[in-house]
Amino acid sequence: MNIRDFIKENILFLDGGMGTLLQERGLAPGQYPESWNITHPDIIKDIHKSYFEAGSNVISTNTFGANLLKFTKIELEEIISSAIKIAKEAREESKTSHPKFIALDIGPCGKLLKPYGDMDFEDAVKLFSETVKIGVKYGVDIVFLETFSDSYETKAALLAVKESCDLPVFVSNAYGEDGKLMTGASPEVMIAMLEGMGADAVGANCSLGPDKLFDTVKRMVECSSVPVLVKPNAGLPKSVGGKSVYDISPEEFSLVMKDMVLSGVRIAGGCCGTTPEYISSLSKSLADVVPMEIRNKNTTVVSSYANTVVFDKKPVLIGERINPTGKKRFKQALIEKDISYILNEGISQEEKGVDILDVNVGIPDINEEEMLNCVIKELQAVSALPLQIDTSSYTAMEKALRCYNGKALINSVNGKEESMNAIFPLVKKYGGVVIALTLDENGIPETAKGRIEIAKRIIETAKNYGISKNDIVFDTLTMTVSANSNSPKVTLDALKYIKDVLGCHTSLGVSNVSFGLPNRDVINSTFFAMALENGLSAAIMNPHSEDMMKVYHSYKALRGLDENCGEYIDFISTLPEKTTVTDVKNEVQNKIDSNISPLKFAIVKGIKDDAYRLTSELLDSCVPLDLVNCDIIPALDIVGRGYENKTMYLPQLLMSAEAAKASFECIKSKIKSDNSSSKKCPFVIATVQGDIHDIGKNIVKLLLENYGFDVHDLGKDVAPEAILEEVIRLDAPLVGLSALMTTTVPAMEETIKLIKTKSPKTLVVVGGAVLTEEYAKNIGADKYAKDAMETVRFAEKVFNNK
Amino acid sequence: MVYIKQYPSRPYNKREILRYMGVSGDYNDPSINDLMDECINIFEKETVVSNKICFSEFDLIIKGKQILLGEIFFESEKYAKKLAECEKAIVFAATVGIGIDRLIEKYSRISPAKALAFQAIGSERIESLCDTFCDDLKNNSSFKPLQRFSPGYSDISIGFQKQIFRILNCEKNIGLTLCDSMLMSPSKSVTAIVGIKKKGK
Repeated sequence: MNIRDFIKENILFLDGGMGTLLQERGLAPGQYPESWNITHPDIIKDIHKSYFEAGSNVISTNTFGANLLKFTKIELEEIISSAIKIAKEAREESKTSHPKFIALDIGPCGKLLKPYGDMDFEDAVKLFSETVKIGVKYGVDIVFLETFSDSYETKAALLAVKESCDLPVFVSNAYGEDGKLMTGASPEVMIAMLEGMGADAVGANCSLGPDKLFDTVKRMVECSSVPVLVKPNAGLPKSVGGKSVYDISPEEFSLVMKDMVLSGVRIAGGCCGTTPEYISSLSKSLADVVPMEIRNKNTTVVSSYANTVVFDKKPVLIGERINPTGKKRFKQALIEKDISYILNEGISQEEKGVDILDVNVGIPDINEEEMLNCVIKELQAVSALPLQIDTSSYTAMEKALRCYNGKALINSVNGKEESMNAIFPLVKKYGGVVIALTLDENGIPETAKGRIEIAKRIIETAKNYGISKNDIVFDTLTMTVSANSNSPKVTLDALKYIKDVLGCHTSLGVSNVSFGLPNRDVINSTFFAMALENGLSAAIMNPHSEDMMKVYHSYKALRGLDENCGEYIDFISTLPEKTTVTDVKNEVQNKIDSNISPLKFAIVKGIKDDAYRLTSELLDSCVPLDLVNCDIIPALDIVGRGYENKTMYLPQLLMSAEAAKASFECIKSKIKSDNSSSKKCPFVIATVQGDIHDIGKNIVKLLLENYGFDVHDLGKDVAPEAILEEVIRLDAPLVGLSALMTTTVPAMEETIKLIKTKSPKTLVVVGGAVLTEEYAKNIGADKYAKDAMETVRFAEKVFNNK
Repeated sequence: MVYIKQYPSRPYNKREILRYMGVSGDYNDPSINDLMDECINIFEKETVVSNKICFSEFDLIIKGKQILLGEIFFESEKYAKKLAECEKAIVFAATVGIGIDRLIEKYSRISPAKALAFQAIGSERIESLCDTFCDDLKNNSSFKPLQRFSPGYSDISIGFQKQIFRILNCEKNIGLTLCDSMLMSPSKSVTAIVGIKKKGK
């Protein structure tokens, strides 16, 4: 019998613990349990057999840690093939007659993925693929991914399974008492992603006893449309007379497990500390229980590593600001690879209360595929919001979906055959909710009926790919009202029909409506209100527009989506009181007694907002260069010297540097000409290969930028070749390298050697926790800088002597 | 046998946090305190601390400069002397979890001043967690624990980390992983050895 059919009708029993039983039989601490497949096959077989005889339908092969990080390729094949052989023998030899399946067991690889660890996502996919392929070669019935404590690694493993075979796959995570994975995902978050990618069952195992997993499991049953599995520990281990004992007995265990099954769990077993006795008690106590039906939850949901956003009655706000269209400053940031500018656009929208961030980085002059990948990775490191991936390039879309840590919103598909053929397979493989535009080969229909017909065709085609209409959100296309006064009605009529009759969620890029009109926010926000009343589920909009946010909050209050109007009241309290810039200036002026200028004061004191506002005001009457030379640079010098003389501390230096940066940012956004020519000289900066912390490097970068250097930041864990490539590309006279650990200093030395051979006139300045003057000299550096200021001074000296 | 413990957080030692931020002695700029307090608030609001420890007890045998702890061993002349009177040792790994790393990552991109503060808060938190654990050892056993020490410090090779990770199964037990460079992730984590001797000795 096929296991997929079996779980439709029955409760499926898994096995219990393996590691604890092996320890009892002499597995030494630190010894790999998998090695016993070779050295003690009989013991492993006995354990499998006793689980089958206790009532397990599925036993997991002894391959939890079988991967290429722990074993060589030859060892790995030997270990996995023996494990499967042993399991098959156990199945044949066990006497019971119930259906029996063998699962290839795969646990986490033992390393954390980037950016928090040093394992690359694609390397993790490759690593798991190797294990899966060997398992498939020797023949198993299912793949069981278990005990994963990081959503990103779980995704890598599931992707590896999906790319290597068509076997059913169960995915189980290790949740803590707070109901979250170690890296922050809740059950809802995991289910959104795993269901989207096509897991056959999802669940929780290890870490806790059944009592403490109950709440987590209930939440899973509530939102999952696939079977839920549970495999808890036998409580917690305690030391009793020098022996370790788990504190929940088989009877107590099966009592709680029975409750779980009665609440909807369909697959049950045990983890650490459980034995055949537990499984026997479990299968007996559940013998007469009729399994609960698994209902399709019909939700439209996207997720990040930590949050889900469910499309429901409450309107979903999608922030539109990460997009270069019509934004000179944003384009410049893309060309200069100024990632922090882009991240700030994301964070400031998050602070304004959007639910999802749209990410579009497509401009002609850059490699969009690479840039999109980079921005997605960076954004998901700084923001917990789900992302909407917005690109017309299918290859860029696929690459972004691969590395995205969650279930993304995909922007977009449309009624053209070519578009559906390219996008739907991606939705199916990586999971996601897709925005569908109601246009096709013939363009945008001028009638609502025409747009609805396209929507119907899109739903039908998606179905053929196995994509439910819950995973499609329709955009009926906002047209410019100044060009055709009937167009908003067409858009809204189509929207209403799709929401009410076709039963799909909807989205609009609201602000298109007002092109060519003055005071666009007034039209936009009114149209937004009309669209919401006609069934708009989500809007792609600018959260910095007060008018739009006013509509959003008042709509929620008026539609009964805001209990006691609490969110509305909170929102109103955040609206700025009408103060003028002069007030701010006076406020700052009051704080000072000397004749120091307000801007200088704001920078010295590190007051970011004031520095920005004052610069903005001063730019009306001053030349930017005067501001830089008379206020900003002198202010930086006061603080820099204060720091060097030890009258000021590092936090003050940094706060002041951030204020100066805000000033520069204001100048950059106001002046028309490209100001890159005014920069001093290129300075390439990186944290060396193997080192994954870069706070020190970022401090140096901030200061160098303020002092006018054209800083090219390559990030952390950067290979020597990549650093050299950038040095040569820019003909950079200066390179800064940072290393935190003695173990990564050799990588620094290698990088220096490479630069010195290929670009001898480039000077290398190094810093970092483990370095000293002497150490730096030994590895061939031109300069050891004990802190950021010293790097700045050195760079200025080099530049001035050029 | 490896045991797992989880502790509540102790109050902050703000002097220590300031010290980690590079601020010592007297200063009269309230902006530094404001920065620290703001970051402590963000940390409290946005992160869940794990505060998990896994540990195991070993019989201790010293042969020359080799220090044997059950299946694992390291070399140190200094600690061979210091541990001479000990019969047993506890090896532990502790972590405050990945939440602080997320804040450091985020703010190192948008505000290095705050990143510095989070870095300092994390360092203070992990040391405070280790203190809690060692106090617990002191109070709850018939042995007297000595000062804890860690691989990579003094004359102990950082390579000893690998053995500790293997014996304590840190990844599975407390979600702590080791990079090729021997850095730990989450970064605010400690592995350490505590020699224990009979009370009264």
